Amino acid sequence: MSSAQIEIQLIASLVAIACAIPGTFLVLRKMAMISDAISHSILPGIVIGFFITQDLNSPLLILLAALTGIITVILVEYIQKTGLVKEDTAIGLVFPILFSIGVILIAKNANDIHLDVDAVLLGELAFAPFDRLLIAGVDVGPKSLWIIGSILLITIGLLLAFFKEVKVSTFDAGLAASLGFSPAVIHYGLMTVSSVTTVGAFDAVGAILVVALMIAPAATAYLLTTNLKRMLVYAICFGVFSAISGYWLAHFLDASIAGSITTMLGVIFLMVYLFAPSKGVIAVLYRERQQRTEVSLLTFLLHLRNHNEEEERHVNHLNEHINWQKVRSKTVLELALKNNMILIDNNIVSLTKKGKDFTSQAIDYIITNEDSKIEHMKDDFFLFRG
Amino acid sequence: MDITEYIQLVFTDYTLRTITLGTAILGAVTGMLGSFAVLRKQSLLGDAISHAALPGIAIAFLITGAKNSNVLLLGALISGLVGTFWIRGIIKRTHLKSDTALGLILSLFFGFGMLLLTFIQKQPNANQAGLDKYLFGQAATLVESDVWLMVIVTGACLIVLLLFWKEFKILLFDADYTKTLGFNTKFIDILITTFIVLAIVLGLQTVGVVLMSAMLLAPAAAARQWTNSLGIMVFLAAIFGAFSGVFGTAISASQNNLSTGPVIVIIAGVFVLISFIFSPSRGLLFKQIRFIKNRRDLQLHKTLAFMYHIAETHDDISHPHTIKILNNFQGFTKGTLQKLVDKHYVTLHGSDWSLTKEGFKTASNLYNQQSENNE
Amino acid sequence: MKNNIAVKVDDLTVAYNYKPVLWDIDLEIPEGVLMAIVGPNGAGKSTLIKSILGILKPIAGSVSIYGKSYEKQRALVAYVPQKGSVDWDFPTTALDVVMMGTYGSLGWIKRPGQKEKKMALEALEKVGMLSFKNRQISQLSGGQQQRIFLARALVQDASIYFMDEPFQGVDATTEIAIINILKELRKANKTVIVVHHDLQTVPEYFDWVTFLNVKKIATGPVKDIFNDDNLTKTYGINYKVSIQE
Repeated sequence: MSSAQIEIQLIASLVAIACAIPGTFLVLRKMAMISDAISHSILPGIVIGFFITQDLNSPLLILLAALTGIITVILVEYIQKTGLVKEDTAIGLVFPILFSIGVILIAKNANDIHLDVDAVLLGELAFAPFDRLLIAGVDVGPKSLWIIGSILLITIGLLLAFFKEVKVSTFDAGLAASLGFSPAVIHYGLMTVSSVTTVGAFDAVGAILVVALMIAPAATAYLLTTNLKRMLVYAICFGVFSAISGYWLAHFLDASIAGSITTMLGVIFLMVYLFAPSKGVIAVLYRERQQRTEVSLLTFLLHLRNHNEEEERHVNHLNEHINWQKVRSKTVLELALKNNMILIDNNIVSLTKKGKDFTSQAIDYIITNEDSKIEHMKDDFFLFRG
Repeated sequence: MDITEYIQLVFTDYTLRTITLGTAILGAVTGMLGSFAVLRKQSLLGDAISHAALPGIAIAFLITGAKNSNVLLLGALISGLVGTFWIRGIIKRTHLKSDTALGLILSLFFGFGMLLLTFIQKQPNANQAGLDKYLFGQAATLVESDVWLMVIVTGACLIVLLLFWKEFKILLFDADYTKTLGFNTKFIDILITTFIVLAIVLGLQTVGVVLMSAMLLAPAAAARQWTNSLGIMVFLAAIFGAFSGVFGTAISASQNNLSTGPVIVIIAGVFVLISFIFSPSRGLLFKQIRFIKNRRDLQLHKTLAFMYHIAETHDDISHPHTIKILNNFQGFTKGTLQKLVDKHYVTLHGSDWSLTKEGFKTASNLYNQQSENNE
Repeated sequence: MKNNIAVKVDDLTVAYNYKPVLWDIDLEIPEGVLMAIVGPNGAGKSTLIKSILGILKPIAGSVSIYGKSYEKQRALVAYVPQKGSVDWDFPTTALDVVMMGTYGSLGWIKRPGQKEKKMALEALEKVGMLSFKNRQISQLSGGQQQRIFLARALVQDASIYFMDEPFQGVDATTEIAIINILKELRKANKTVIVVHHDLQTVPEYFDWVTFLNVKKIATGPVKDIFNDDNLTKTYGINYKVSIQE
């Protein structure tokens, strides 16, 4: 591995971490699309910043561009407040227009500005190691590494300092306000961090990958845990793993690094989406089928409890009246028999004592909806598990 | 080049005519369908779909090796639809919210598309040039057959719209109710969604993946401000979209170095801005004017009510009082007093004022109304 | 004596995401009653209506309208959804919304004509909203919007009306207007089923009541079963009808 390769992977990993942290909060606060908007609308900020500083890596340019990000958020919120259009329409209107302004600014000044729209959108991580930071003539590493490193340090510092505040305001804005944390300050703080990160990362990995790195690891982590700290850790791990494996995928295919990293993110998301233990699609489908049977069983038991008339308790009544198919009725009957909840006498079904107790408890739970009532039932019965 | 020259050029120059026609039709069809997207609160779906279409284009190219834009568009359509239904799957099957699902599919599909595009570019295949026009769009590459395709899709879309107008409207407004009336809501829903995806895919070549969502939303958002009828809204959105296309093409054609897509989007944005500010019923300008007028009226009424309470204590309502009494009252200014005089509610005698009969009556009416409202 | 059964619900069980919200509901609603469905929040009142109307798919049980399946009897049924369930900023007029009530009988593709318009105008007049017919729906007050929804159901000229909280957040005028229409419907021997929140008005407005809390607690004439016992069973706490005023 050459030193350039190591540097690229290092930069990609740092970007992944720097994105995963604000990304987790954006996903939890249902503001994922805001990051998409910011990533596009910083373009005019970058262009104007470039006119002023003439240096794509200047901290001033980063701040100016980040300011455009904040302006986007404010503009979106202002339009939403007028009530003229629905919320998401406001987002969808603002960022393409700002992006277009950026594109036109670049096109009109093509001779003065060495900015390529493709590069803004897609980034060129492969070139990052060539732009070195020289301090007093000494090469201390690639500029992007320093930029994203500083942003990451600030982000981590802010996260550690305000973890409690951000956590509370994310899960319960009302409580946060009553505790004296201004939701507005936290909101705009998060928006600022997201904007700065987006700007800092864009020239390494491009605007779209920034969005992917913010949303995908956090969303994937959210399918595995609802614990905030764990979610942050998982998101960071997924980000870094995709960054490194994506780099090698790109190396192998001789294709865009940003595209490969995103593809790896996609593969991880797809895997988790399908196979996550409790929230994955397969687990959900399996559980739904289980619950379907369980609910059916309970419905059936309840029906027996509610009706003393023999005709209502006849085996055939199941598919005639309750409107079930033959197969399902059979499964339910067998399940109930196996658990000693019913007796079948001459095709008339009746509840055993166990069945009666179970039904009453289940009803209790369903009506009060208190989880405590169900705790001991979980041990007694196979139902409600999962 | 002045305007008449340009118009002449549009009619004589093949390329310019093709592009103008293409962007106009595209603007019209996206404007029409965008109205539905906006009203269904699926504004950002357009953005997601357009990004999700990219890998489809690349895969279609990898499979066929052809640059035939119809084949590539078919690929885009399929991958756009896959993206759309996957978004729905994520929302339905997991606890991830719609914004996360949109952002995920948008960025992941786009990244995968980029991987494929860069992979294709490295292939020793002379045909590959021109795929990246789908990123930002290149109206200049439109040819007559592309315009024909747009005409066909727009025509089909119009026929479907006219046929199922009633069904579309009621589904957009109240889906549950529609179901109880016996309509197959799934069918109507898939019909609308498919046409939206189709329109987006058609626009990719012209305005590109990134700016497509604005083509969908901006004309509709502008049109919504001018009317309260769905039919007129859809019609206006088509007009706004078409004009954005025509003007955008004209401006970018008359300047160097300006790609058409961003200019069209900015023109559409100008339509939105004008509509937001100047629409008579909903616009911000008139809202502000009404707000100021109401506040003034309120101040006037307050002062009048205050005077009424003073005058009430006397048997003779036109008994003069000194103006100084009013000075302690909040909202009182010389201006409000003068206005009351102008309205003949109050008469002035030197430093004294007195209520006229008319003023007393108005004030007592106001007072009664207020106590009624409080109940 | 009321003998005809308008709506019959058998062993209906409904679950959202496989979390049960209604359990084994049996219900017979006689023709010509004005029935309130009452119960605490989350008791499944709206769910019951929605599953009778086929908007939600039950996991067990069946529903019949005058002895036949709902699909066959659609024309006999009208629905007034909760006012909050739609976007009132939708670009359309009051008259247009009421016209939607005719769409079901029109079927696919066919457009409403003069006859449908006349029906819609009559319905608007009945709810006292004729002068607002060309108003954009967002410019109506909450009560007026509710009356528009009611008019839309009246246009359907059904035999059975399902209404989801029609008195939610409406002004006194609207409440009186609605209740008068309900009573008129009863006079015409129509059946009206209303999800209702305000327990105090139950004896005044309705003659039939169903207590619901995930399962059916009781159903029958208001004068027989609207008592503290059933209220307590439904709402869990000690409820007294007499606490009013």
